[in-house]
Amino acid sequence: MILPWLILIPFIGGLLCWLGERGAATLPRWIALLTMTLEFALGLWLWATGDYTLAPAPGAAPHWAVEFHVGWIQRFGISIHLALDGLSLLMVLLTGLLGMLSVLCSWKEIQRHVGFFHLNLMWILGGVVGVFLAVDMFLFFFFWEMMLVPMYFLIALWGHSSADGKRTRIYAATKFFIFTQASGLIMLVAILGLVLVHYNQTGILTFSYGELLKAQLPAGTEFVLMLGFFVAFAVKLPVVPVHSWLPDAHAQAPTAGSVDLAGILLKTAAYGLLRFALPLFPHASAEFAPVAMTLGLIGIFYGAFLAFAQTDIKRLIAYSSVSHMGFVLIAIYSGSQLALQGAVVQMLAHGVSAAALFILSGQLYERLHTRDMREMGGLWARIPYLPAISLFFAAASLGLPGTGNFVGEFLILLGSFKATPWISAIATSGLVFGSVYSLIMIHRAYFGPAKATSVLPGMDGREMTMILGLAVLLVWLGLYPQPFLDTSSATISGVQHWFSTAFTQLASAR
Amino acid sequence: MELTSQHFLALAPLLITSATAVVVMLAIAWRRNHSMTFLLSCAGLNLALLSILPVLKVTPLSVTTLLQVDNFACLYMALILIATLACVTLAHAYLGESVEGAGYPGNREELYLLIILAAAGGLVLVMAQHLSTLFIGLELLSVPTYGLIAYAFFDKRSLEGGIKYMVLSAAGSAFLLFGMALVYADAGSLSFSAIGSVLAATGQPSSLAQLGLSMMLVGLAFKLSLVPFHLWTPDVYEGAPAPVAAFLATASKVAVFAVVVRLFQLSPLTSSGMVYTVLAVIAVLSILVGNLLAVLQSNIKRLLGYSSIAHFGYLLIALVASKGLAVEAIGVYLATYVLTSLGAFGVITLMSSPYHGRDADALFEYRGLFWRRPYLTAVLTVMMLSLAGIPLTAGFIGKFYVIATGVESQLWWLVGALVIGSAIGVFYYLRVMVTLYLREADIPRRDAPLKWEQRAGGVMLLAVAILAFVLGVYPQPLIDLVQHAGLHPMG
Repeated sequence: MILPWLILIPFIGGLLCWLGERGAATLPRWIALLTMTLEFALGLWLWATGDYTLAPAPGAAPHWAVEFHVGWIQRFGISIHLALDGLSLLMVLLTGLLGMLSVLCSWKEIQRHVGFFHLNLMWILGGVVGVFLAVDMFLFFFFWEMMLVPMYFLIALWGHSSADGKRTRIYAATKFFIFTQASGLIMLVAILGLVLVHYNQTGILTFSYGELLKAQLPAGTEFVLMLGFFVAFAVKLPVVPVHSWLPDAHAQAPTAGSVDLAGILLKTAAYGLLRFALPLFPHASAEFAPVAMTLGLIGIFYGAFLAFAQTDIKRLIAYSSVSHMGFVLIAIYSGSQLALQGAVVQMLAHGVSAAALFILSGQLYERLHTRDMREMGGLWARIPYLPAISLFFAAASLGLPGTGNFVGEFLILLGSFKATPWISAIATSGLVFGSVYSLIMIHRAYFGPAKATSVLPGMDGREMTMILGLAVLLVWLGLYPQPFLDTSSATISGVQHWFSTAFTQLASAR
Repeated sequence: MELTSQHFLALAPLLITSATAVVVMLAIAWRRNHSMTFLLSCAGLNLALLSILPVLKVTPLSVTTLLQVDNFACLYMALILIATLACVTLAHAYLGESVEGAGYPGNREELYLLIILAAAGGLVLVMAQHLSTLFIGLELLSVPTYGLIAYAFFDKRSLEGGIKYMVLSAAGSAFLLFGMALVYADAGSLSFSAIGSVLAATGQPSSLAQLGLSMMLVGLAFKLSLVPFHLWTPDVYEGAPAPVAAFLATASKVAVFAVVVRLFQLSPLTSSGMVYTVLAVIAVLSILVGNLLAVLQSNIKRLLGYSSIAHFGYLLIALVASKGLAVEAIGVYLATYVLTSLGAFGVITLMSSPYHGRDADALFEYRGLFWRRPYLTAVLTVMMLSLAGIPLTAGFIGKFYVIATGVESQLWWLVGALVIGSAIGVFYYLRVMVTLYLREADIPRRDAPLKWEQRAGGVMLLAVAILAFVLGVYPQPLIDLVQHAGLHPMG
């Protein structure tokens, strides 16, 4: 019974926030904070007590650490089927943590319609948790689409329009919505195709993930269906030709929105690839792997180059996400256990470091009222602590040893080197460009001649706690990632089994 | 053929609705009283709705060769009656409650009479299994609608809309009649199933029959406002008083679509060959043109008009598939569409209530509505999301069904058009939605009356919104209902 509560808590909390607005102005903030703390605590409790050595693997019915199953729409064999394994647990924990942070970081930023803001924020997080827990394809799609609506409101109503007025927040929000909605519908078509193929084979109409894993797909059909899934996940990840919603959405969103987008929403795509696209269509994925890895490579360099060219600090971080997600994409399609584990660590570390960078740029914005780096410069002397902490996270972002990002990238490159040495080698050189844009961000914003001499207010307790907490976590991930790796290892080895079998078959066929 | 009491029982909904029309007419002649007319109409329509329950026990039953009362007809009769009831409650709020207070300056009572007459026409249509009943039903549905659209005749746009609808509708009817004549010349019969069997006997329908069927399709496409016969839609929707526009978008279209489904199901070959291709092309065109033109609108009634063109394009996909899930998908889609349209037009009606000149239909009048009328805005938000087909709303279930049907029948081009259409659609639905939440501008604004939710129209609207949400989360009851209403060709 705990799984539905993980989803319901944010939804109920969100409603309470809205109702609480009539009371004190800060009441919704406290309710939201409490909700997310509860969510995070439940996640930690599950982590402490659960057994995550079992996970779905080929050849047997999927094992889950915790499961919840009730009928829903009998007509189509759709049920409310939630399940938890190591990978989804880590993602839920990340959601809970970043949820708390996104409430905290909007404590001062959001002053209009506080209750409604937190309603949207909580509902996004509820939808995301739903995506991470659903193992019924219909239910998964349901949450996948549902979380777009509150995110749209978050960007459209509380976002910032760009200074020149060219890119309004509504434009960004609409672009985000249309990109993800259209690609989502393609996934729905693919889901229905999969279900109907399975139905024609067995006579059982079901949307259950466990059942659909057994479907025997003809090669051509499998490839087309896999593409349907890949398109949806590629838009959300984002993979380069379909990434253009991301910089706009990030730059225009309020800080909490950026934190959720970069920290969690992008991870739903990687999660979807690991959970659904690979196990459901292993052969087609193996065949598609070179293309996907090439796309990942392009993403790494394209993201890095464009990040370097940005003047808007949030757009810079947004493009750096494109670059980092390129590594994740390469890892997912490399088919090596090591690289896949690296992808998990990279997802967690990028979630934490990107969230921290967005929070920091949000704090800068609150002090300077601009995100334009041309108007910053020389801030090192004007704000205590903040520049130094930014330097730490920029260093983490470029993959400095000792931070989680290093562990993630290192595992990815090491793991994929064996099968695809060239791609690994080229991707490694992408790290150099990562350092370039990270350092240029620090240089432009904090060094150089100061634009003014007035001293800006330092960080208060709330800001300091958030950021230092994230820093500690990132160092933990960097120095001792073993607990995280252990938690996800069962899931990852399952995925790897599916994929490597398909790889060997493909290799022998050639 | 002898009519027994069973036959009369089967016709009860139609008979009661017709009787209500007579009673309402006499009541108006005796004494003009807005509330009394309203109560009489509501009572009659409710009674007709309730009478469907006993009818279900005697179905399926052919009442002469003209009408067929089966579960399919019952489902659509219920839909039409519910939609009509909703429109009547909206009309009551719209016209103004009391004679002394603000509201519609002319005679208010005839509106109810016209709506009930049109509803009776719709009931005939969904039971029709003969081309003559199809035509009678269609005309009975259309002719009162001319009056309804032009009801606010001192407003130029309303009058213009009424005349436009009359002329084009008459042209459509002419096409329909000519088509029927051609089909009759070839098949020698006017009954749906006989046409089907005659056409089946010859294998491929002859070119004469195909031409006839295509012309009939043109006539029906006029009423369903499918591209390229859609040109009247935005003007008429804009001109018609809001409750009437609601009626046009729901009851009227449902009735016409139901009869088309019955025609194509009972004589499957009618949708083969050229007609099949024409249908598919019309579907793609309706989806694309409807959605693209809706993007350009800044008037919410016109926008909904274009969006309805697109939605009937989606429905055509199920009609083209016409096997497997198709009939069920059409039922579910129409039910969710009726619910959603009622909600959307309901909000517009309440915003324009009581009547004082032009309806509140410009998009800017809705700016920042959320901060003034949060619940009314919540209703409109749910409706916009439902029209866009986002999960948690009834519209998603409908869209899911249509996509499932398309995939099942492997109509990839049509499914592709649907995906593109939905992506375009999201753009303008979101535009309406976000307008509701933007900060208020300093313009003279119109609002729904305070305490709108405590009157009949408001209660109905909230019920519709809750139903749209509940069906989006738990659609099983609706699916069961529609499954029982499957269409079984009778010998």
